[in-house]
Amino acid sequence: MAEIRNYTMNFGPQHPAAHGVLRLVLELDGEVVRRADPHIGLLHRATEKLAENKTYLQSVPYMDRLDYVSMMVNEHAYVMAIEKLLQLEVPLRAQYIRVMFDEITRILNHLLWIGAHALDVGAMTMFLYAFREREDLMDCYEAVSGARLHAAYYRPGGVYRDLPDTMPKYQASTIHTDKQTRIRNQNREGSLLDFIEDFTERFPTYVDEYETLLTDNRIWKQRLVDVGVVSPERAKALGFTGPMLRGSGVEWDLRKKQPYEVYDRLDFDIPVGVNGDCYDRYLVRMEEFRQSNRIIKQCVDWLRKNPGPVITDNHKVAPPSRIDMKQNMEEMIHHFKLFSEGFHVPPGEAYVGVEHPKGEFGIYLVSNGANKPYRLKIRAPGFAHLAALDEMSRGHMIADVVAIIGTQDIVFGEIDR
Amino acid sequence: MDKNRHEVLAESLTRILAERLVSLHKLFDELTIVIRAKDVHSVSEVLRDHEDLGFDTLVDLCGVDYSTYGDETNALGQSNGRRFAVVYHLLSVSHNHRLRMKVFAEETEFPAVDSVMKIWPGANWFEREAFDLFGIVFSGHSDLRRILTDYGFVGNPFRKDFPISGYVEMRYDEEQKRVIYQPVSIEPREITPYVIREQNYGNGHM
Repeated sequence: MAEIRNYTMNFGPQHPAAHGVLRLVLELDGEVVRRADPHIGLLHRATEKLAENKTYLQSVPYMDRLDYVSMMVNEHAYVMAIEKLLQLEVPLRAQYIRVMFDEITRILNHLLWIGAHALDVGAMTMFLYAFREREDLMDCYEAVSGARLHAAYYRPGGVYRDLPDTMPKYQASTIHTDKQTRIRNQNREGSLLDFIEDFTERFPTYVDEYETLLTDNRIWKQRLVDVGVVSPERAKALGFTGPMLRGSGVEWDLRKKQPYEVYDRLDFDIPVGVNGDCYDRYLVRMEEFRQSNRIIKQCVDWLRKNPGPVITDNHKVAPPSRIDMKQNMEEMIHHFKLFSEGFHVPPGEAYVGVEHPKGEFGIYLVSNGANKPYRLKIRAPGFAHLAALDEMSRGHMIADVVAIIGTQDIVFGEIDR
Repeated sequence: MDKNRHEVLAESLTRILAERLVSLHKLFDELTIVIRAKDVHSVSEVLRDHEDLGFDTLVDLCGVDYSTYGDETNALGQSNGRRFAVVYHLLSVSHNHRLRMKVFAEETEFPAVDSVMKIWPGANWFEREAFDLFGIVFSGHSDLRRILTDYGFVGNPFRKDFPISGYVEMRYDEEQKRVIYQPVSIEPREITPYVIREQNYGNGHM
């Protein structure tokens, strides 16, 4: 009789279902996974070490490149850590803008997640739908910061500039006639806020469309229900946060439990799962679409009524206006010092966690009073989640590993840092 | 977290940990405790299991190299010449409070701290990361391998004496028809100089 033994299989790093550069060494018994050993670090850039050699402001764009599908939320944690050490007041309007863009980012992130997750499981159409909506939201990014992905929009003390009054428009070309272009530009006639409001009006129907495609879909349920079950106790012990923890039935959301910025003034609910399987985490994230949409609506409403400054007037941290800089000697010095030497952060240390679309994204900042951080530690939610991949996939079929990677919402920019 | 609950947590920590607590600091709205390396395991167990503390989640674990920090009276917890520290960020989901726990490794040549993997299984990869980047050994860890750096990497890149450009670079060699490693060819450079100002610098000229 032939000797039966497990065999190991290499998965990735160049595999479309690996969500980037994940290399998995799977120990298989037939088609059943006995052990999964993720090899990470293929995208390691030592962001934390680089930040030690840059001024505080120069590291802001690095934050975009961590989790490159939820750029602004990464920046948010970083600037909040600096603001905490500096004990800096942020204008209320800036806080609303940040919260609004955090939620836009959450929708952006979840759209990519649902598209990629469904594509992995075999539903091609979702990807196309998700990218249709992402296009509109990235136009919002572009309108406000000039960049579609790596925005560098949040700054210590506020945001880089106020929301623009106009939206960029499409132009007629050989492909699109004048008439078609007019139709495409219809919701771009007003300001950015008008455009975002128009999006929030449309978006709930889009989520309904996604749900018609997936929620009761037989194949979708067969692939997700009872796959990767994590109990609430285990989820906490493993360091899960965000939708991964809420999917297991733990009601935990930093926006509610330890509110930052203006989340305590806004009205929204936290969806919580019951069984802790992939399907529940899917339902949690789908509901987060709707809740984020609600928050954006409230922010748009507030921002319309309340003009004001969007960055602190402490010019030792934030640059002065161009006009002041050119007319006032002291402001000129501030500007020069700020962009040559950078600002100094008093000695001390701070940890700031924000509710990132993937979980708790934390920045631990140690300063010794210099113009550069002494130590910057980035707490990436995906790192803790991927560490549990072994435990979640043991005993499942090899095809379920793909579903579990999908449900964890893995992005290597943040895991490898 | 409001002020009152902070004080309650600080009190219960002082009461429960007693002499195992080296120092307790409060900065902004964060509590930091410093404990000795030999107490890591027992203190962690208490922090997780005591009903007043209930730290059920290890949010983050990282190494810190204090060798070039400078004036250590500014740091939370005196390093007294000890170079490496391990910093734990704990969260209690049930009580909704946070704590930072700091442990200085006694030795500099061979820094070692007990693993907390058995208490918080989520510590697994975080400890591997601190081992990889700082060379801190976590005794009792079941699978202490490098995690972020390349296969066959030498050195601990996040130590302060490790240059930012590293020691080796990689390129494809046309003659040998394979990728080879060679010493780095770029010059180290500093774009913005590193400056620490004396206290109250510039305050007289406001």
